[in-house]
Amino acid sequence: MPRLQSLEDLEARRAACVGARDPAKPCLALCAGSGCTASGAPEVLEALRESLKRAGLEETVELKSTGCHGFCEKGPVMLTWPEGTFYNQVAARDAKEIVASVSNGRRPVERLLYRDPTSGERVQREEDVPFYRFQQRVLFGNNGRIDPKNIDDYLGVGGYAALGKALTGSTPEQVVDWVKRAGLRGRGGAGFPTGKKWEVMRAQPATPKYLICNADEGDPGAFMDRSLLEGNPHSVIEGMIIGAFALGAREGYIYVRAEYPLAVEHFRVALAQAEECGLLGESILGSGLDFRIRLVQGAGAFVCGEETALIASIEGHVGEPLPRPPFPAQKGLWGKPTVINNVKTWASVPVIVNRGPEWYAAIGTTGSKGTMVFSLVGKINNTGLVEVPMGITLREMIYKIGGGIPNGRALKAVQIGGPSGGCIPASLIDLPIDYEALTEAGSMMGSGGMVVMDETNCMVDVARYFMEFLEEESCGKCFPCRKGTQRMREILTRISQGQGAEDDLKLLEDLGWMVRETSLCGLGQTAPNPVLTTLRYFRDEYLAHVRERRCPAKVCKQLITYSIEPTLCDGCHACVHVCTTEAILGEKKAAHTIDAAKCIKCGACLEVCQPKAVLVT
Amino acid sequence: MPKLTINGIEVEVERGTTVLEAARFLGLPIPTLCHDDGLTPYGACRLCLVEVTNGPRSKLQAACTLPADDGLVVQTHSARVERARQLLLELYVATTPQSKTIQDLASRYGVTRVRLTPEFEDCIQCGKCVRICREQMMAGAIGFAYRGNRRKVMAPFRPQSDICRQCGACMYICPVCELRCHGAEAETTLCSGCLNFAPACLDYHDHAMCFLDPCVACELAGPLRQDLVWPAVKPPESPK
Repeated sequence: MPRLQSLEDLEARRAACVGARDPAKPCLALCAGSGCTASGAPEVLEALRESLKRAGLEETVELKSTGCHGFCEKGPVMLTWPEGTFYNQVAARDAKEIVASVSNGRRPVERLLYRDPTSGERVQREEDVPFYRFQQRVLFGNNGRIDPKNIDDYLGVGGYAALGKALTGSTPEQVVDWVKRAGLRGRGGAGFPTGKKWEVMRAQPATPKYLICNADEGDPGAFMDRSLLEGNPHSVIEGMIIGAFALGAREGYIYVRAEYPLAVEHFRVALAQAEECGLLGESILGSGLDFRIRLVQGAGAFVCGEETALIASIEGHVGEPLPRPPFPAQKGLWGKPTVINNVKTWASVPVIVNRGPEWYAAIGTTGSKGTMVFSLVGKINNTGLVEVPMGITLREMIYKIGGGIPNGRALKAVQIGGPSGGCIPASLIDLPIDYEALTEAGSMMGSGGMVVMDETNCMVDVARYFMEFLEEESCGKCFPCRKGTQRMREILTRISQGQGAEDDLKLLEDLGWMVRETSLCGLGQTAPNPVLTTLRYFRDEYLAHVRERRCPAKVCKQLITYSIEPTLCDGCHACVHVCTTEAILGEKKAAHTIDAAKCIKCGACLEVCQPKAVLVT
Repeated sequence: MPKLTINGIEVEVERGTTVLEAARFLGLPIPTLCHDDGLTPYGACRLCLVEVTNGPRSKLQAACTLPADDGLVVQTHSARVERARQLLLELYVATTPQSKTIQDLASRYGVTRVRLTPEFEDCIQCGKCVRICREQMMAGAIGFAYRGNRRKVMAPFRPQSDICRQCGACMYICPVCELRCHGAEAETTLCSGCLNFAPACLDYHDHAMCFLDPCVACELAGPLRQDLVWPAVKPPESPK
């Protein structure tokens, strides 16, 4: 692969990539992201390859394994180009039929199309599926089109055009100004204006300067950064090169958690390809800009997502945060000015350069511009990765894109922003999703985790779960975070076991306030959010636990008992078979009883009981 | 030279000074547990928090690590600071009620109740020992191991370090184990004995100086002193 020496070389290469690709040539793009891989994508890929070979279509039909398409609930999913037909829940046995449909005048395989749950009709094209229709996929749009391990695919969809534009047609100051005018804010959670950060760093006289891409995504149930690195790593690299040009950096780092092997692999391949093409290295595209990116793997600490702890970790120290100021933009990696941005922030840079800051700033609200990526999980019909314009309401998010709550249950709360985000109650469902509105409501944007909860979730238990996570992940450096999270978890556990007192609620509020106000880094400063918001919005549930020793959602095991209603029980023995502790007694065809002393309240009997005779009180 | 305002007083300090140093220069008392003038600021005990106002917003920041910068507006004893400090000390007492330093701070800053069960931990992880070993003794024999609640100070991989010279600097600088408090009450976990009722007064100890100013016990307790003296620190019979 020849090195690209100039912008002309890049454009020639792109033209060759586009020219080599016949737009009418059929292409099967199967999602091989982590979600679909888990639900069987590798077998499907193999089966498709086999079927193409058998049909003799290897040359005429292209087969691609792409990054995450977002609709993980229906995985494995795939797209067929050029029609844009969307197939969901594809299995290996469907491969023959799919291949046949390509040769057979491209009539879609009806039964693999998405079925709209409300109308019951099949939807053929991806953009007509409600899950996708209300999204605006600026960063993730190309995931279904390109093979992340092939730079030519990225060039073919207009990749590295922004880099060319920045390097040849503008000055570094202009690029910073574009980012500033676009109103881009840090996508890692705190929402600091990216342009402002860049300006602070540019003003520093010290050299060398460093760039860091923060890909230490540790929130439970969040996979936005992972999917972007797995599906479109070159967009992140391009953003970082443009950043290097704007900020005068010669070296960049990407810090990926080691738990993301596929992301690491794809990013390594992308780095090697970019270096081979001369898009990284010395004098990029003949502009005189030298820039390299090194990949560093994290060692499994949630706190290393905090910028100063991340820098300490790259330097080889224990991943513990340092006080700010000085901010990394003033004194960061190896004591030098460092700009550290999230994966999605870097990936947004090429979009801004390509389409212009005005185009980008037109998306979103007054204070929050552009799109935000959320991983929508929990009690929701359409689990997956969604990219929406800022300012969209929770209602649209949950009911239009997410398809509502399963089993006809009622929405109770949405927890936004990862483990230290707050729980927003169903009554605030028309809240717009932007930085300020979420902070106002006691939650935060965070890096984009969104956990939907229904009436079967106990809010005390939810708060306890997240506090347990944060206690475990606190680095332990500063006292309030180390001991405060432990004490709050202890109190929450006590309440969920029915041993709480009403005074405990005040104590929780005091401790939560103190930990938020006094902790050293963002982890501690946000750790009490789940407790404080649940206390604020779901106080009655706490009171039921401490006053009546009752768990309204019937989750807290110490406060519930299982029994069998003798008039409903048909004596089928199904529960007796699943009970691991032999707590269910009774003859066949006669009403059973549960021995409360032996019952561990696992709920297995509840699940198997057909006549619904098992009662939880 | 940066010019900043602390409690309404304008002060000009040399570049590189911290807010804690500037405040102490003005004679404003700010409590610390992890700070020592000879060691790198660490910012872990969070007791030196001050309220820093920046336009319409204000936040609590550790004074020991905050560089004194032009135009900073600092409050060292605002209601918010006091509340945070009291709650922090409540948690400190509950963690290490046997430390005299912590009990003294608690009574000085008006902690009147401890709502948490005492734990009697021996280490508050202020990191003074780790820093003095590395920075002053040039040894680096001890460090932190593990994370979060399990984090502790230890020598690498084994109990005894090869490079430890047993100089004792770590024990000397420890704010928790240097002085033991035996007066913590079972119900409240609080002591308040020494500071409020039994100061080391000149008439008890021939060679000692009284550092308490004003000495609450001497001034107020007067004839009641004998009744109020905490048994554990009961002084010898004072000469008539």
